[in-house]
Amino acid sequence: MTGPSAVPPVTVLPVGGHGLLVELPTAEAAEALHAELLRRRRTGTLPPVREIVPGARTVLLEGLAEPRRLAEELPHWRVPPLSRTGGTAVRIPVRYDGPDLAEVAALWGLSEQEVGAVHASAEYRVAFCGFAPGFGYLTVLGAGYEVPRRASPRTRVPAGAVGLAGAYTGIYPRSSPGGWQLIGTAVDTVLWDPERTPAALLEPGTRVRFEPVDSAGTPIGDSADPDIPDPDIPDTPSGSREPR
Amino acid sequence: MTPAGVPADAPVGALEVVRAGALSTVQDLGRPGHAHLGVPRSGALDQPAHGLANRLLGNPEGAATLETTLTGCAVRSHLPTVAVVTGAPCPVTLDGRPAPWGEPLRLPAGSVLEAGAATYGLRTYVGFAGGVDTAPVLGSRATDLLSGLGPAPLRDGDRLSFGTRRRRDPLATSPIPSPCPAPPRELVLPVVPGPRADWFTPAGWRTLRTGDYRVSPAGNRVGLRLEGPTLERAYDGELPSEGMALGAVQVPPAGLPVVFLADHPVTGGYPVIGVVPEEALPAAAQAVPGTPVRFVPAD
Repeated sequence: MTGPSAVPPVTVLPVGGHGLLVELPTAEAAEALHAELLRRRRTGTLPPVREIVPGARTVLLEGLAEPRRLAEELPHWRVPPLSRTGGTAVRIPVRYDGPDLAEVAALWGLSEQEVGAVHASAEYRVAFCGFAPGFGYLTVLGAGYEVPRRASPRTRVPAGAVGLAGAYTGIYPRSSPGGWQLIGTAVDTVLWDPERTPAALLEPGTRVRFEPVDSAGTPIGDSADPDIPDPDIPDTPSGSREPR
Repeated sequence: MTPAGVPADAPVGALEVVRAGALSTVQDLGRPGHAHLGVPRSGALDQPAHGLANRLLGNPEGAATLETTLTGCAVRSHLPTVAVVTGAPCPVTLDGRPAPWGEPLRLPAGSVLEAGAATYGLRTYVGFAGGVDTAPVLGSRATDLLSGLGPAPLRDGDRLSFGTRRRRDPLATSPIPSPCPAPPRELVLPVVPGPRADWFTPAGWRTLRTGDYRVSPAGNRVGLRLEGPTLERAYDGELPSEGMALGAVQVPPAGLPVVFLADHPVTGGYPVIGVVPEEALPAAAQAVPGTPVRFVPAD
């Protein structure tokens, strides 16, 4: 790792004649660059671009008329650290009743009940989307809370299922095959509705909080209970984490 | 996701699908600008052929046409209209009588227009004055076979509607000469190396440029699949999910390249060895299984 004052290395890779893939050293840096690209597009200081697609550690720019100049400039941009307080967090009520709860509890060395409590104690961000319209890859659970995908994917995962894979949480917008470990069910939440504006409840950068509810949909306890072990949030460089 | 474009309680549409063929879908310019939400671009695979149909009919460029696959389709129009058949050349009949390909045709009410099996190429487009009207999803009527957005693929007996025609008679506009390209003996795909060319050995890259590939019958609107020599990787494993561009030549673990077409997934973890420029993709969309394929470095 470089020191906090150093500019993190940014690699700009060609994607055909009109695209760039910007690779960053961390997921956090990729999210920050994505936010900066959106800011520059809003303020009209980014050349016209058809798609800005964040990935786990990359941002893809597609449909640039002349990518060369941007490719040269981009590594020298001053990208402000990611804001953790902008906008309001989307609150998603979750029944922690998933079929893989026991397996995840065993992996984490917790009781099934504690899995839900730990999972709901953190604030998440949508790092990127994919797999299906409206499916967001939510980050924040850190080292120690990673789970492998299921050895054999399910042929059908119901809409609203809350799953874990690697360091990500995701909510299936509709029933589909899927290999994530299912720990719960999102209640009264429509992730994707093309008739709605915006169609996607979650888009890259959206902050998300999960609220545990019981089988009747009633909130359970306080998700910020200090007795609950805090998920291991990795330290962020240059003190970018803002006070609560 | 979205069911058929025509709601069950809507008036019965004037366009009746008599023979849906192997795979016929509604297509237009697609849904660019939503990839960050997990939405593929979709839209007609052979945009020049789709656009030609609209121009010949005096339609706006956003009007939707029918895209058929190999075996064409037949439709009955319950209203008088004007239609045109473009894309992969095929025998065209109007009420059983031969009619020209690539020229606007006057369809009397109740007549049946049939686009037969493609003489060469794969995807024929059938356009109508005013376009095919279905409920737009994110601004597009395109059927996206990967994510299920837009109207379902056509089935025999489906009823669709026409959009509003422009006032001028399309037949009154000056005819555009119909291009009738010769059937290509081989598909030549220019490829720009990257973004993950370094995930392959120099031998792997050489194989891509010199290998004898053929179009696989397993291809679809998501991607052109190829048969031929496998590409040697420098690294195993997968990349953390990253954005995938239209035309990306992605190489899954089996080592055979796939060229991403309009319904491609927007993120993925298999390395992309190179990208085929968009201009070359319509030809890729018309290459029938078995067509020899050659990758050449793009200038």
